Amino acid sequence: MIETFYEVMRRQGISRRSFLKYCSLTAAALGLGPEFAGKIAHAMETKPRIPILWLHGLECTCCSESFIRSAHPLAKDVILSMVSLDYDDTIMAAAGHQAEAIIEETIKKYDGNFILAVEGNAPLNQEGMSCIIAGKPFQQQLQHVADHCKAIISWGSCAAYGCVQAAHPNPTKAVPTHKAITTDKPIIKVPGCPPIAEVMTAVITYILTFERFPELDRQGRPKMFYSQRIHDKCYRRPHFDAGQFVEKFDDEGARKGYCLYKVGCKGPTTYNACSTIRWNEGTSFPIQAGHGCIGCSEDGFWDKGSWYARLTDIHQFGVEGNADQIGGAAAAVVGTGIAAHAAISAVKRAQNKGDSK
Amino acid sequence: MSIIHTPNGYSLDNSGQRVVVDPVTRIEGHMRVEVNLDENNVIRNAVSTGTMWRGLEVILKNRDPRDAWAFVERICGVCTGCHALASCRAVEDALGIQIPYNAHLIREIMAKTLQVHDHVVHFYHLHALDWVNPVNALKADPKATSKLQEMVSPHHPMSSPGYFRDIQTRIRKFIESGQLGPFKNGYWDNPAYKLPPEADLMAVAHYLEALDLQKEFVKIHTVFGGKNPHPNYLVGGVACAINMDGEMSAGAPLNMERLNFVLARIQEMVDFNKNVYVPDVIAIASFYKNQLWGGGMGALSVMDYGAYPTVPYDKSTDQLPGGVILNGNWDEVLPIDPRDPEQVQEFVGHSWYTYPDETKGLHPWDGITEPNYELGPNSKGTSTNIEQLDEQAKYSWIKSPRWRGHAVEVGPLSRYVLAYAQGNEYVSEQIGRSLGTFNQLAGTNLDAKTALNSTIGRTLARALESEYCSDMMLDDYNNLIANIKNGDSSTANMEKWDPSTWPKEAKGVGTAAAPRGALGHWIKIKDGKIENYQCVVPTTWNGSPRDPAGNIGAFEAALMNTPVERADEPVEILRTIHSFDPCLACSTHVMSEDGQEQANVKVR
Repeated sequence: MIETFYEVMRRQGISRRSFLKYCSLTAAALGLGPEFAGKIAHAMETKPRIPILWLHGLECTCCSESFIRSAHPLAKDVILSMVSLDYDDTIMAAAGHQAEAIIEETIKKYDGNFILAVEGNAPLNQEGMSCIIAGKPFQQQLQHVADHCKAIISWGSCAAYGCVQAAHPNPTKAVPTHKAITTDKPIIKVPGCPPIAEVMTAVITYILTFERFPELDRQGRPKMFYSQRIHDKCYRRPHFDAGQFVEKFDDEGARKGYCLYKVGCKGPTTYNACSTIRWNEGTSFPIQAGHGCIGCSEDGFWDKGSWYARLTDIHQFGVEGNADQIGGAAAAVVGTGIAAHAAISAVKRAQNKGDSK
Repeated sequence: MSIIHTPNGYSLDNSGQRVVVDPVTRIEGHMRVEVNLDENNVIRNAVSTGTMWRGLEVILKNRDPRDAWAFVERICGVCTGCHALASCRAVEDALGIQIPYNAHLIREIMAKTLQVHDHVVHFYHLHALDWVNPVNALKADPKATSKLQEMVSPHHPMSSPGYFRDIQTRIRKFIESGQLGPFKNGYWDNPAYKLPPEADLMAVAHYLEALDLQKEFVKIHTVFGGKNPHPNYLVGGVACAINMDGEMSAGAPLNMERLNFVLARIQEMVDFNKNVYVPDVIAIASFYKNQLWGGGMGALSVMDYGAYPTVPYDKSTDQLPGGVILNGNWDEVLPIDPRDPEQVQEFVGHSWYTYPDETKGLHPWDGITEPNYELGPNSKGTSTNIEQLDEQAKYSWIKSPRWRGHAVEVGPLSRYVLAYAQGNEYVSEQIGRSLGTFNQLAGTNLDAKTALNSTIGRTLARALESEYCSDMMLDDYNNLIANIKNGDSSTANMEKWDPSTWPKEAKGVGTAAAPRGALGHWIKIKDGKIENYQCVVPTTWNGSPRDPAGNIGAFEAALMNTPVERADEPVEILRTIHSFDPCLACSTHVMSEDGQEQANVKVR
């Protein structure tokens, strides 16, 4: 009998009060109302501590590094109290055949009842031997574990899309999880290079709490974090609308926090939570620190042009245009001031009238 | 079987029991180690294999040089930022760009933040379980642990018996649950673990404290670079513009609040290094005073390019000076020049690549790489199920870089040996002080060269470098404030941003003190695009296979002659390999001269 999540926390000396506080923080992190805290608490009290096998292919370990940056919940609480991270070659004590034995033990004991988390991806060139685990291609380990898991989390852009080693010309023929193996197991993609720490732990706590994947979009990403563009909620968005742009780095606009669109920002075409949840416990995010978004959570972002090349066409205000046109139009609006504003208001009133008919 | 004598002074005997460790865990990336033990369980032959290859430099060909930093930054998410830094420097070197002083200081703070973060996470979360036994911590007396903590570091606030009792309770319940998570299948009853339970409990407490704190340190990257891992860099300077008190300062990347935030994080690093990290390493080391093996060439044949100049672009002001020391001669520091085609060269005789002439090495500007995965005739198993490698043939995805043909070690210990040999006062004081404490605790009387040329020496040097970096960051911060106060708020030099201002052809080198050792990036630019890009990284130096002359690399050298308590639980191998903090994703990447992709697979 596996202990419930709540039992484990209590056994580890965490008070009920702290536990309930954790539940309400989780509810808030997931964007749910306070009434959900009780539901989460109930779920936690009755759920087992689920084993995770976290495999690493061709990668740079930035996803693991991001994961341990999580502030709510803390990485140590996830590892010690929420899941059983039975295999993760970056932090596990065991090595060599003792490490590989854990995979077989987990499969034997929890067949069909553990989560496979994938960081990095499998190369298919060189007989798959440009990523070797225990003398064999990583692809074999991945397929084997996938055959026995309950569900798969593809961490980061490597596992979700391929990322940097799959950029043109993809010398090792590195492919994302869903293309490296055959499986009918559900796969959730959590892209980003890396994903935001609190997004990673929120995906885990959501799955533990609600015993299901969060709602996914057509690409397999959780809608709760990947349904809006960075541009949509960027704190510099008013400058875009007002036609105020950084023309080059360290100019007057850069010092005033103007929009980075003209120096290549990919915020308008990138779906991620950077401008809302922000990075490292909400400390900042790339645009706030003065560099445009490079679009690292988008499929194939390495091959979509320079970081500093402007997006040529973006959809804005329901019309197709570029920043110069939009900026120009917006500046004209500001220039004509009250009259323009009045005109727009008049149009809106007319529209509303039309709607009410 | 015959005994092979290598030019760099090792006798290799592969006749004894072969022990294989694959995967080596608690490292970045993937690697394999094979050793032969003699009848007394002493390592007499060592084989280090990089087991991954990503081909990043192939991918860089024909791209915009200003974009390169982001690609190469993804070489590694653990030492995140150091490749981006080396890349910006290489491009700036090629194009003749000098960055503003503020940008220099901000990059320095980011680089040193990485050093501290990487070193702390390495020691507590990747390396500590080689020395510390969490299961044994259950036997500790919390009161005695509190006394030990107060003795080891009197200024650390978290030292009460109740604190240690709570941690012990949490660990006990965790272990009693039967779901051991990352601690599963460790070698917890192996007598190679030497700490008393109280030291184990103290170290486990610090494992958890460090896990909480490391996420604070990196917030400096988040302020300057927008995120961590993988903060953003910029050719020509930094993207985080400064606006101290002007209009819209609050929305600017850097203002007074942001800089105060950075200072607070620096102070946390200073405190943790002084009160926890350095004292922990010395205390733990003192219990392993009889295990001073694993030195290899660690304090004897070492290299670094030099780092942390107080005056930008003046190598003579490097606070960790570079150079090369060979064969333990600390009286002679040889100068290093990464541009000289005769100095840094890479060989592939035992690597899974092919050269037209594999007896010769190639300087990185002229480097070529063509993958050629093949196993030697004496290997066991099949090409996709390796049981045993044949080290007389090709056996690794890592190349073999050499300095004027010599195998050298790189890393914090190398930098410390070079600084010590060149009379750096801060470093000399640190080494003297920590060695004094070690000798006092251990009841020994070791000199610096003996103590440092060991697995423990490598681990100690890393801790001392972390402490030095946090102190240097305070200087950088104060200089940044002073410079802004003097009216300079410039952060980027954009004069040569436009490719139309560039020469038709250019080449450059960028070096950095990566956490794992000397890092160099070499770039050739032609018609505004990358023509050739090559990185020679620390783990390539340290983890390299044999070169055509037969010299073994630093990992293999360090494993030699180490006694192993239990052949089936070779924690001694992990200890020594981990003391280098290997980064395999860093070590294996290449660029073929013609940029063509190959999938050559030959199995004999």
